[in-house]
Amino acid sequence: VMRLVLPNPGLDRRILNHKDLERLEEQGDSDRPKWDNKAQYILTCVGFCIGIGNVWRFPYLCQSHGGGAFLIPYLILLVLEGMPLLLLEFAIGQRLRKGSVGVWRSISPYLTGIGIASMLVSFLVGLYYNTLIAWIMWYLFNSFQSPLPWTQCPLNDNGTGFVPECQQSSTVDYFFYRVTLNSSASIADSGGIHWPIVVCLLAAWTFICICYIRGIGTSGKAVYVTAILPYIVLAIFLIRGLTLKGALSGIKFLFTPDVNELMNPTTWLDAGAQVFYAFSIAWGGLISFSSYNPIHNNCMQDAVILTAVTGFTSVYAAMVTYTIIGFRATENYDKCISENIMTLLNAFDLPEDNITTSNYEAAFNHLNSSHPDIVLGLDIKTCDMQRLLSEGVEGTGLAFIVFTEAITKMPGSPIWSVLFFLMLLCLGLSTLIGNIEGVVVPLRDLKMLPQNWPQEALTGTTCVVAFLISLLFAQHSGFYWVTLFDSFAGSVPLLTIGLFELIAVVHIYGIDRFNEDLEFMIGHKPSIFWQLSWRFVSPLIILVILVFYLVIQAQEELSYLVWDPNSEEFPALVSVPYPSWVNAAIFLLAGVPSLIVPVYALCRLVLVCCRKMTTSTK
Amino acid sequence: MLEKSLFLLCFSSALAKQLCAPDASDGYKVRLSIRTALGDQAYAWNEDELFLFRATLAFAMRNRISGQQFEVSNIIVCDETPRVSFWFVVTSPSNTSHLVDKEEVEEAIRKSRNRINSAFLLTDKTLEFLGIPPTLAAPVSPDTPPWLIVFGVVMGAVGAGIVVMLAFSVVQKKRKKDGKVVDEAVEEETRAKTTDNGAAGDGVYNMSFSDDERFTEM
Repeated sequence: VMRLVLPNPGLDRRILNHKDLERLEEQGDSDRPKWDNKAQYILTCVGFCIGIGNVWRFPYLCQSHGGGAFLIPYLILLVLEGMPLLLLEFAIGQRLRKGSVGVWRSISPYLTGIGIASMLVSFLVGLYYNTLIAWIMWYLFNSFQSPLPWTQCPLNDNGTGFVPECQQSSTVDYFFYRVTLNSSASIADSGGIHWPIVVCLLAAWTFICICYIRGIGTSGKAVYVTAILPYIVLAIFLIRGLTLKGALSGIKFLFTPDVNELMNPTTWLDAGAQVFYAFSIAWGGLISFSSYNPIHNNCMQDAVILTAVTGFTSVYAAMVTYTIIGFRATENYDKCISENIMTLLNAFDLPEDNITTSNYEAAFNHLNSSHPDIVLGLDIKTCDMQRLLSEGVEGTGLAFIVFTEAITKMPGSPIWSVLFFLMLLCLGLSTLIGNIEGVVVPLRDLKMLPQNWPQEALTGTTCVVAFLISLLFAQHSGFYWVTLFDSFAGSVPLLTIGLFELIAVVHIYGIDRFNEDLEFMIGHKPSIFWQLSWRFVSPLIILVILVFYLVIQAQEELSYLVWDPNSEEFPALVSVPYPSWVNAAIFLLAGVPSLIVPVYALCRLVLVCCRKMTTSTK
Repeated sequence: MLEKSLFLLCFSSALAKQLCAPDASDGYKVRLSIRTALGDQAYAWNEDELFLFRATLAFAMRNRISGQQFEVSNIIVCDETPRVSFWFVVTSPSNTSHLVDKEEVEEAIRKSRNRINSAFLLTDKTLEFLGIPPTLAAPVSPDTPPWLIVFGVVMGAVGAGIVVMLAFSVVQKKRKKDGKVVDEAVEEETRAKTTDNGAAGDGVYNMSFSDDERFTEM
């Protein structure tokens, strides 16, 4: 099985041989865009891999799967699963010098499906990703005022209290779910278009259009800002965060190792999935980017560097995030204790100095033992630091609710808010550049857009079409659509495409040929580590993750969380089952890209057989 | 004589105590949180502070009901606790055994709430009149939403950038076209001169492959 290579006639006719490549390198290929320098290429790849998920997904996984102990499976899988696939994509792109569709079509025309699937996935993910960027832009635009708009609730009719929705939840919740999104209570209830989101979507798509308007010519300049600025802002936040009260409790919470979690298979599954998505593998963008490299670029070194940078950045971002989370949790805890103290003082008419934060426990117990019925009637809230540290710390909840609340408690809030959302914007934009590359280049290779159009027209058309489709997310139910896309468009299809890529390169292109190519490009054959991981380890890991994921998904009832002011659990999000038509949407999002690879190959086989039969009968 | 005055004093104070009681129908409970509001600069609550309170409240009543001369003696306080909370009632100046209605007192306090708060260096939250919720300040909302301004600036810059880029590429293409025409003329001249040496040079390398699918046989 290790050395099994499927017959692949005509491969040499479809790809340049090594001599051709040398000539091309000497003469300079004016048709193909080129990187101005190596730094642009590395920064573009770093920007592509480091995305918003590093800030709002990895820290949550780290904390919920045993803190410091999670780093062990994460780093192991980073090296065993992520790095080999990374080198695979870099090397194949650099060798065959085409975008994702072109590369797979060159290996075998039956494999064009992989390229098409990559393009579809990039497109679908790009749609909802840019919606997240639109929300970030909305918050960024709203940060240029003091006091920040999410610190205030609107008043009710007689002016003595706040609007009930805001009163029961909080100002930040209200600002996100009502003012920003105006969410309805279910995905079926579309409720019309919310125009601030339309405006922000327009801004987001125009921004990415101008960043990528001349392909990597313009995006290569943009990444100097979008890839480097997040690191600077994270450093600023780290310094600021460490000086805040309660920061260290956050970091302790994050890194406290719980070795028992390593026995739990979901820990390894989540680590594997996170590594896969973190590297933006199977989107097609990395293949495209490395195809603009000179032929003898050391892609192995690049893969190792990128892996190290991704690992470091994940840990770095997690630390910063948890200093801020620790600060917020401590502030809320102190507020909770103060409120309880005030309630006790008011009920028992004690002077204000009697109960302080230091003797709260003792005083509470004393009062509870002497007057238990009064204390029971007071409805004292239990202030649980652990619960505060673990609430709402993933995804949009982290950025738009927890972090915005923490920022309002810091002195000089507007500046911190601007910095934070600027950082998220840069993180998102640099990933989106890779996304657009993975959509525009295949569209041109598939000849779906006219060949004589300049790059500007291609980018512009793609952005306009994508903007119109993403108006789906500007509805009142837009938040639920984004969650749907996030759960399904960017999960199973990527795993299947990654698996197909490995099989295609190892068994259809031929691992021996691939090794020779690498020897030609970088001067030495890849070591036994790479051989083992490409043939065994990585496909096995991906297969295991895929199977487990499908099994878990099939067993669970599909449900999602809604913001429903009329529900009993309000302000907590309520879990509601999806309506049945969502299954069709899920099939379109996850099923179609995954199945395109075999379906395309089959269709082509049938077509070729038909043609053969008609020609043979003649 | 002395006994009579003593008796009257006792009687009036007893009457006052009867008018003011916790949960009185026309009274309000007041709660002050001085230490929470002022921290180290908190003042001690004593008889003089209570006197100021009664005087401020008399002022508030005068402010609300014009014509009636409320005095400090019209504000009766009882049930003081170490928390610094107490009940008070307001008697009418014309008839000291008749209490002013709850609603009137509430209106008076609402109207002069700010003045009462500032007399004690406290806020709506730290000087509470239980049963009279404070009118909250409306949230700050400027006429033009600031986000629209920022959005306009950003979009203007981006739009200008796009226009500049497109114009630049159009100009560049034109220049390339003119340049090509000139180059071709030069090339023809050199070709005419080097026809003998044409075979020796490398020429333009012709890629022997094509990614046209027609040629791939399966």
